[in-house]
Amino acid sequence: MKRLIQLTVNGQAHDLVVTPVGTLLDVLRDDLGLTGAKRGCDLGACGACTVILDGRPVNSCLTLAVEADGSDVATIEGVAAPGRLHPVQEAFAVHGAVQCGFCTPGMVLVTKSLLDECPEPEDRQIREALSGNLCRCTGYVKVLDAVRAAARRLRAREGVR
Amino acid sequence: MNKERFAVVGQPLPKIDAWSKVTGQTRYADDLVLPRMAFGRLLRSPHSHAWIRRIDTTRARALPGVYAVITGADLPPVKFGILPVSQDEEALCREKVRLVGDPVAAVAAVDEETAERASELIDVEYETLPPLMSIHDSLAHPEVRIHEYGDGPNIHKLVALQFGDVDAAFAKADLVREDVFYFEGNTHLPMEQHAAVAAWGPDGKLTLWSSTQTPHYVHRLLTKILDVPGAHLRVIATPVGGGFGGKLDPFAHEIAACRLSQITGRPVKIALTREEVFYVHRGRHPVLMWLKTGFTRDGDITGSHIRTWLDGGAYGSYGVASTFYTGVINPVTYKMPVYKFEGARIFTNKPPCGPKRGHGTPQPRFALECQLDKAAEQLGLDPADMRRRIAVEPFTKTANHLTVTTTGLVECIDKVVESSGWRDKRERFGARSAGARKKGIGIAASAYMTGAGTAIYWNSMPHSGVVVRADRSGGVSVLCGATDIGQGSDSILAYLVAEGLGIDPKDIRVHASDTDLTPVDLGSYSSRVTLMCGMAAIQAANRLRTAIFEAVAKKLEVPPGALAARDRKVGVPDDWDKAVPFAQAVELGEAMHGVLAFAGSYAPPKRAGKYKGGGVGPSPCYSYSAAVVELTVDEETGEIHLDDIWIGHDVGRALNPLLVEGQVEGSVYMGIGEALMEEQVFRKGLHKTPSMLDYKSPTTLEIPDIRTYLVETDDPEGPFGAKEAGQGPLLPVIPAIANAVYHAVGVRIDEVPITPDKVLRGLELKRQSKPARIGPDRLPVMQWKEPLVVESAFGQPAEAVVLRPFADPTPRA
Repeated sequence: MKRLIQLTVNGQAHDLVVTPVGTLLDVLRDDLGLTGAKRGCDLGACGACTVILDGRPVNSCLTLAVEADGSDVATIEGVAAPGRLHPVQEAFAVHGAVQCGFCTPGMVLVTKSLLDECPEPEDRQIREALSGNLCRCTGYVKVLDAVRAAARRLRAREGVR
Repeated sequence: MNKERFAVVGQPLPKIDAWSKVTGQTRYADDLVLPRMAFGRLLRSPHSHAWIRRIDTTRARALPGVYAVITGADLPPVKFGILPVSQDEEALCREKVRLVGDPVAAVAAVDEETAERASELIDVEYETLPPLMSIHDSLAHPEVRIHEYGDGPNIHKLVALQFGDVDAAFAKADLVREDVFYFEGNTHLPMEQHAAVAAWGPDGKLTLWSSTQTPHYVHRLLTKILDVPGAHLRVIATPVGGGFGGKLDPFAHEIAACRLSQITGRPVKIALTREEVFYVHRGRHPVLMWLKTGFTRDGDITGSHIRTWLDGGAYGSYGVASTFYTGVINPVTYKMPVYKFEGARIFTNKPPCGPKRGHGTPQPRFALECQLDKAAEQLGLDPADMRRRIAVEPFTKTANHLTVTTTGLVECIDKVVESSGWRDKRERFGARSAGARKKGIGIAASAYMTGAGTAIYWNSMPHSGVVVRADRSGGVSVLCGATDIGQGSDSILAYLVAEGLGIDPKDIRVHASDTDLTPVDLGSYSSRVTLMCGMAAIQAANRLRTAIFEAVAKKLEVPPGALAARDRKVGVPDDWDKAVPFAQAVELGEAMHGVLAFAGSYAPPKRAGKYKGGGVGPSPCYSYSAAVVELTVDEETGEIHLDDIWIGHDVGRALNPLLVEGQVEGSVYMGIGEALMEEQVFRKGLHKTPSMLDYKSPTTLEIPDIRTYLVETDDPEGPFGAKEAGQGPLLPVIPAIANAVYHAVGVRIDEVPITPDKVLRGLELKRQSKPARIGPDRLPVMQWKEPLVVESAFGQPAEAVVLRPFADPTPRA
């Protein structure tokens, strides 16, 4: 039994036909070609499939597409204006936080959510926020550096305004 | 060392692929979609060991949406393996399965769900055989045979090498220690699950896109496995989402996708599930070790003898190399005048083990470093001072004929000792600390190879090749078979060529790992890529520069030797106003020489020891590392909390310190996981933890601050002096943790991982005044073969620079 759902993804409304067992990750990757959300474990343990659903980061592999009906979704592809980088993306690139890059989209989105909510996080808060995003390459050191740098940069930008 | 003379080398630049990775634009294998693409699925054995009596695919074929179903009968009847000496695998098993997860059939269908449903409709009749699940099992039951080949019943490989007289060495020692250690197996756990897309064209030519670390070996083996000419095959390695050695074999899903594409006339994708990745494995071997070493009262080693038993799993894979690596790298770190090594790899009915970061060396490194710690205590020596004293000398040979060039080990030790406050903490911590939370500090050191000195198959061709081309647009492309697995090899290629041509890395496009377009590179393994591709890239860039300089020199009417290339210009440094913009310089070059495309080739110096087995271990140069770990052990819960890690790493030269630090930190992280939590273990043939939820790996909450100190020794063998960074720094971390735990609570855990239950058991033994040691106490009964006895080459001088096969005649500046 297929279902019709409506999703707003990166500001664009989509009518989508989905199966009851289809996940949000399936819809994003297979139907909308948004392959920046990664399949790493299929059970919500690695965080590579993270997207922002109605303002909160979620594991899209654990979210049924039908559950997301009517929601607003932001993916890595929509985190910055075309041709531009969000300060978190910039910080990840410049501070060496990216190695194989497979965990990066999820890490960037979780970091963006954290800094949206808490512009001056303590180290403990950063570590906790990212504890659901596994990375096998970096040892997290440069990731944490990038998050701190992004926080400073965003605060400076706020200050200017 | 004068960093000023470089424009790009030594700069902490972002990786050239960072922008596409932070925006989610990088296309990994599972992101590829082709028109009319079918989806494939493998059916895997539910038995550890069984004969296949019958396979019936009728019901699967009848399912709507199924395009094709294949079994082993649909593939050429050949066995294959990554090493020429271990041809024991089949993509789809025909007669026998040897582990839970062995593939027996494959389906292509309209979508993944249909393919999976169809695979469940394949009827397979098995006749089960007794499963052999451990080294002890396999040796105790020679009547049950996993394979018919090898060095004995269920013995894949036996190695016995002796360099000098160990008995005489032990006789003159003041202290001889014999210790037994066990290192549990663990797996790579790359974030990206393996995936492959195959498209067999109507012209009979096949293209395979795959998340592989070695497109060349896959290409080479597919010609045999599929029985098609190599000229008609193209293998493209997609950006690899983490490898660590786990994507270095040809895999069943790649082969099945190719055959299914041929049969269906459609592109076919097969993406593994996380559970399948755990069973495909090829990761860290469980190794049981016995180590006997003689010491003088000053701490010098008189001689060492190690025996290793590797639990290989069901197939050969890289196992013969892994077996050698449990022995041959040990003498590279410390002065070890006499050495004996006996190794055995045993087949068991479990996922095959193979290379994982450090390939075969973390296990004996753990054993040796823990034994040194015990010896230092008995001799009343400081463990850091002792290591410093016995550090190997530069430009000498080891007992087993390996050539050490530069070594920064002493400097690495000094850095971590000074920065960690070692001496003070050694005094203050341990039993002296109050309460149930005991602090400890431990040290260990290591060495690792910068690229294997020999290829997997014997040949005299380059190990790595690079083509650099430029045209009148001013654009430069670099073509190289190397595979970027996240370590940054594409970026290193861009930096080195930019350095040579005086342009910006941004001006360069790197086209990598495509067997149709790029010169062969053997693959991303053994920490070989920066050195080998780097040397080839420098040679190619220099040749292009020479051609351009010749043309610019003619125009400016100066000798070519007077020219320099920098800031996107070519000119005479003292008359820079007349310098020619790079694009124009290329135009002049193109007008003088025609198309500008130059190749560079690299093969390591031929230094293999002249004895059978001397081909494993030689490397152009070795990196060195030392680590100090500070931790807290909770005596009530047995939990270990890492407080701080200091790591010194001799990288020769940091071509990009940001990337080198990243490699060091990643290695330290992986060592922490192996030391404290990761294990690949089985119950009745089934993986106990085949998911990312159950297989525990460190998160941001478990990783302490890692303080990295890079030591530069400017090795004559490396590109601008660089050595490896991606594997070596893992090695000292694990024993440093074990030694710190002992310092904290006085319990020796001679077994990895060091889990809270083992700490508590050790503390209980201590309370009962028994030897507070947790570890193996039983060794297999085994008949070792007579060792090959070779004279020790220890201490012989090594020539600083030897001739490399494809090097240009002019010496390096």
